[in-house]
Amino acid sequence: MAAVTVQNIIKTYGKKKEVLALNDISFNVEQGELFGIIGPDGAGKTSLFRIFTTLLLADSGTVTVDGFDVIKEYKAIRKRVGYMPGKFSLYPDLTVEENLNFFATIFNSSVKDNYELIKDIYIQIEPFKERKAGKLSGGMKQKLALCCALIHRPSVLFLDEPTTGVDAVSRKEFWEMLKGLKQQGITILVSTPYMDEAKLCDRVALIQDGHILSINTPQVIVDEFAYPLWAVKSDKMLYLLNDLKATDFIKDAYPFGEFHHVVLKDVSGEDKLKLFIQDHQTDNAIIKSAKADIEDCFIALMKY
Amino acid sequence: MANDKVITADRLTKHFGDFVAVDHISFDVHKGEIFGFLGANGAGKTTAMRMLCGLSLPSSGKATVAGLDVYRDNEKIKRSIGYMSQKFSLYDDLTVKENMQFYGGIYGKSDAFIKNKTAYILDHLHLEKEANALVKSLPLGWKQKLAFSVAIFHEPEIVFLDEPTGGVDPVTRREFWNMIYQASDLGITIFVTTHYMDEAEYCNRVSIMVDGRIEALDTPAQLKQTYGAVSMDEVFLKLARKATRNEQ
Repeated sequence: MAAVTVQNIIKTYGKKKEVLALNDISFNVEQGELFGIIGPDGAGKTSLFRIFTTLLLADSGTVTVDGFDVIKEYKAIRKRVGYMPGKFSLYPDLTVEENLNFFATIFNSSVKDNYELIKDIYIQIEPFKERKAGKLSGGMKQKLALCCALIHRPSVLFLDEPTTGVDAVSRKEFWEMLKGLKQQGITILVSTPYMDEAKLCDRVALIQDGHILSINTPQVIVDEFAYPLWAVKSDKMLYLLNDLKATDFIKDAYPFGEFHHVVLKDVSGEDKLKLFIQDHQTDNAIIKSAKADIEDCFIALMKY
Repeated sequence: MANDKVITADRLTKHFGDFVAVDHISFDVHKGEIFGFLGANGAGKTTAMRMLCGLSLPSSGKATVAGLDVYRDNEKIKRSIGYMSQKFSLYDDLTVKENMQFYGGIYGKSDAFIKNKTAYILDHLHLEKEANALVKSLPLGWKQKLAFSVAIFHEPEIVFLDEPTGGVDPVTRREFWNMIYQASDLGITIFVTTHYMDEAEYCNRVSIMVDGRIEALDTPAQLKQTYGAVSMDEVFLKLARKATRNEQ
């Protein structure tokens, strides 16, 4: 049985349903999977998570979580899922320890029962257990919120943008924690606007403007990139980019870290691009073949 | 002697009680430069930026922004800079045009200036049709590009951008950086923070703060060479992992 099934979900907002937030979304998440929903702000990620956690009703379509229907059996779902919203939602006036006890108690559980599950995360904030949650740093709030979402040992964990606004080091640590939880058999759905986090998931759905651009393993998505891709750089990056855009053999060119990525219309452009780079020798232009990553694929799926 | 320094900071320091948030940082930023200001959460970036924007008085050290002293001329500094953050930029309940009129008015620009500049920006961003639309009705990507145009509406010498591209799609993120390049070409100095390490590569120079101090400052190419790293992501991780200061 799939942990989450999503069929033809449509969600609109506004009096005249003028805002189409989710446009016919369908996918399944398997038991024990770490599934990423990757897309920018406004793509529909939070609407989707709120529907999964029975906090919002879709206009049409069906969703099941752990075999239960989100409308008819919402009470059963609320007992068995963990949810960490994008916005910090613990009690700021309670201490770290009090928050954790509170969440354990309302699920008829205790911190002791499931301590093993949160141990690796909790020991990092334990030195501050007497501190009020509102006085914690961003990184520690995030760890406490994760502990509170886990303390009743949920079968499915929903994490809505847990790493937004978090620096590169803390993001890496957070994904290490998720890997640990996955090994304990918990199904995890996580949303993020950071494309580079896609490769840390078993499968991902790329989402933009309420519809899914692609669903697959990150490896298959990048392997399916359909155009020849090259990386170029020179001493004058802005001029190089403008010159590239003025040629007729490229499909697209855009900055990509220290290089520009050049998407060719077809392989016949390769010799032309190499000649073009030779013409820019005075600026020390160099060229190498490139492998698409998720961000290249996202751009391609958005634009071409 | 030609002096093209738009920001100078000399042992700039800020204490909150016993806690040293910014610890003797020294650096210069030159006219037209795109200067990346990186650091882990809690490293002191926001505190440093607030001092440079005239919003917080330093505890010690010296700094000038656009030739103005951060202690004496902090009110003048506010008028001489542009500022944009991901969290706050435009008024959702005003139209595109009204936002520009509002910001132009706040910065004391003449009606003629506001009129010309508004027309120029609407044309430049292809927003003529949306001129009278409420900002909240615009897609996020358009909003961020408009917010940047509004931040430099009064033609400041320098603009501070605090995580301007957070949560923005990869296409719009690049269009946004294209606007940054154009502004820098016009001589506007860009001071930018970001959590996207590929964007660190787009800066002329990058500083990385760790525990309140500037641990490294150089061009991306030189930083990668110094730290034997293939990417700015790797440079950042090597430096930021050295942090010993416990998050507050």
